[in-house]
Amino acid sequence: MVVNLKKFTNKPELFTGGHRLCAGCGIATIIRQVLMAVENPVVISNATGCLEVGSSIYPYTSWKVPWIHSAFENSAATISGVETVYQALREEGKVAEDIRFIAIGGDGGTYDIGLQALSGALERGHNFTYICYDNEAYMNTGMQRSSASAYGSWTTTTPLGKVGKGKTIRKKPLTDIVVAHRIPYVAQAAPGHWRDLMTKVQKALATEGPSFLNILQPCVPGWRIEPHASMKAAKLAVETCYWPLYEVVDGVYRVTVKPKQKKPLAEYLELQGRFRHLLAEEQQPLLDELQADVDAVWEALLNKSAPTETKTKEE
Amino acid sequence: MAIRVAYTGNGACAQAMRQVEPHMVAAYPITPQTEVVEEFAKFVADGKVKTKFLPVESEHSAMSACIGGAAAGGRVMTTTASQGLAYMWEMLYIASGLRLPIVMGVANRALSAPINIHGDHSDTMGARDSGWVQLYCKTVQEVYDTLIQAVRIAEHDEVRLPVMVCYDGFSVSHSLMDLEVLAEEQVKGFVGSFTPRYPLLDIANPVTYGPLALYDFYFEYRRQQVEAMATAERAVGEIAEEYASLSGRRYSAVEAYRLDNAEVALVSLGSTASTIEYAVDRLRDEGVAAGALRIRTFRPFPKDAIREALEPLKAVAVMDRSESLSGWGGPVGIEVKAAFYETEARPLLLDVVYGLGGRDVGVDDVREVFGELKKATDAGKMSDPVYYLSLRE
Ligand SMILES: Cc1ncc(C[n+]2csc(CCOP(=O)(O)OP(=O)(O)O)c2C)c(N)n1
Repeated sequence: MVVNLKKFTNKPELFTGGHRLCAGCGIATIIRQVLMAVENPVVISNATGCLEVGSSIYPYTSWKVPWIHSAFENSAATISGVETVYQALREEGKVAEDIRFIAIGGDGGTYDIGLQALSGALERGHNFTYICYDNEAYMNTGMQRSSASAYGSWTTTTPLGKVGKGKTIRKKPLTDIVVAHRIPYVAQAAPGHWRDLMTKVQKALATEGPSFLNILQPCVPGWRIEPHASMKAAKLAVETCYWPLYEVVDGVYRVTVKPKQKKPLAEYLELQGRFRHLLAEEQQPLLDELQADVDAVWEALLNKSAPTETKTKEE
Repeated sequence: MAIRVAYTGNGACAQAMRQVEPHMVAAYPITPQTEVVEEFAKFVADGKVKTKFLPVESEHSAMSACIGGAAAGGRVMTTTASQGLAYMWEMLYIASGLRLPIVMGVANRALSAPINIHGDHSDTMGARDSGWVQLYCKTVQEVYDTLIQAVRIAEHDEVRLPVMVCYDGFSVSHSLMDLEVLAEEQVKGFVGSFTPRYPLLDIANPVTYGPLALYDFYFEYRRQQVEAMATAERAVGEIAEEYASLSGRRYSAVEAYRLDNAEVALVSLGSTASTIEYAVDRLRDEGVAAGALRIRTFRPFPKDAIREALEPLKAVAVMDRSESLSGWGGPVGIEVKAAFYETEARPLLLDVVYGLGGRDVGVDDVREVFGELKKATDAGKMSDPVYYLSLRE
């Protein structure tokens, strides 16, 4: 699958402007990339969170596709009902279109409160794509930690203080957890690598059965970055191998973007206020540990990755 | 042709669901509702229905899937009880707020703690403000008849609210009773095919379900539910009439039993009415002017019909199978009392909390309550507003 930018930019926007996400918010970029990549009609279910709140303030909506928000923890369960009724109505001949189904949730709605509903829907094998936009905290409620929050990061519930050092627990390996469900397609993506992201969306939507995309999403207020820096942060996450881009097709791993030269983790951390405290001199041992962790995960990924040709540079 | 069989309440619920044959049933097992899920799964396995059965991982997901399915444009159903209903709580309000015509059978059961699997009304009474129509059934036959009517009520164009069909755990869910089952085509004809409103699957006309509505619009949403619930009162009656001409069985919002010339009466919901009616017959034989009223529709609350039926009486006991912890007994008593606030004349009203956690209520217990009403009429007042029946104190 090769993604053609010209073709996409000529497509009418399915996620319109006028939404109330923050300037520079990575979610809007991700959703536009996702919807540019879809070819079939889609129906979307969306968990409570920034995307839902920012895009559907009654009587307005940014969505030019059928869209449902019901609650926070049940995006996957809601879409499973939609998809099941679709199967029934198609058999009755009442729906003719070849529709694809997408469930969206933030990291809170996916790694934490929605994990059960996600796991259930994956196990039942619905024909749908789950997209997690992972900004590493509960941003909508004001930047509280989630199980996706990075080790060492500041959040409003892992504040810094005389004793507090930010989050002192590792990020939950959700992508691995999803892979363990043995579904046909799982991938990690980031919006700075748009071609990679859109290709993965197309692959996911073409998959028979459940598919899952975990997409890292820079958050301007939560990461304490400038609005113009969000795509830079997304790229650095990939270039430092903090957020490796890979896919797992029927259990086979493949790294899809291999940085030509792996950058030091500190470059990614430096950009963001939520990690500023880690850059103090006395924190060097911790920083070394974090770097070693990134290296180990990356090495392990390369080792289990199929030795196919991976791109070293894109766009 | 209708056929007569012996069935349990759960069996009757499953049979009605089979005959309605919705597009999807998403459910999770819990005592005393489990058999419905099992029986329905078997209908699917035997190819008796085309319905898609979704064995979800929780009740929260069952209701979420029903919400998705109904919004997609399907006729959907689920069943639950007790902790399962409690676990769905959040989604109950979302189902009604999105005005989705979901039908749910509930085999009433007590709520934990302590954990208890037997019948009382704590589960559904807690959901009385959730925007669902609530119908309480007395018999196995009524479970069957009500489930079929519920489809029409929920899908009524001016109602579009979800409907709970409540029946007592064990005393109805597991009791074998006589059941007359309608012919397949009678049921199919009665419910008709489902016409969804604004379905998600109408790709050409994309809709946004479940937006954020703040102080500028939220209030109107809830007010419209009030309107729909008021309309539901009329719809429940009209649909019951139509069903009566099909089945010969007529149901109304409230059902009076020997209330003519009665001086004292018991008001109840669900299967306890059978025991009360039996006791009323004995008391009548003994010359006591006893009667009974059964509230079948608790939401919408038929306040006019209740007032009209009870106003001439001297004393009334309202049987509550749940506790509100307000100091006023249970919710049914409180609402019946509220119905009389503006009337000139009103009977003495006693709230009787009974049968919690499945504690049995027999004819002697009912007689005991009538005894309390006698004491009150003699004294001209109630000594205590709440009476706990068959309780160790
Ligand atoms: C059951 C429930 N608990 C809590 C909330 C409050 N809440 C709304 S959004 C949210 C955080 C969402 O975080 P995430 O899923 O990471 O998405 P983001 O806000 O980052 O877009 C929380 C805690 C809720 N709506 N429902």
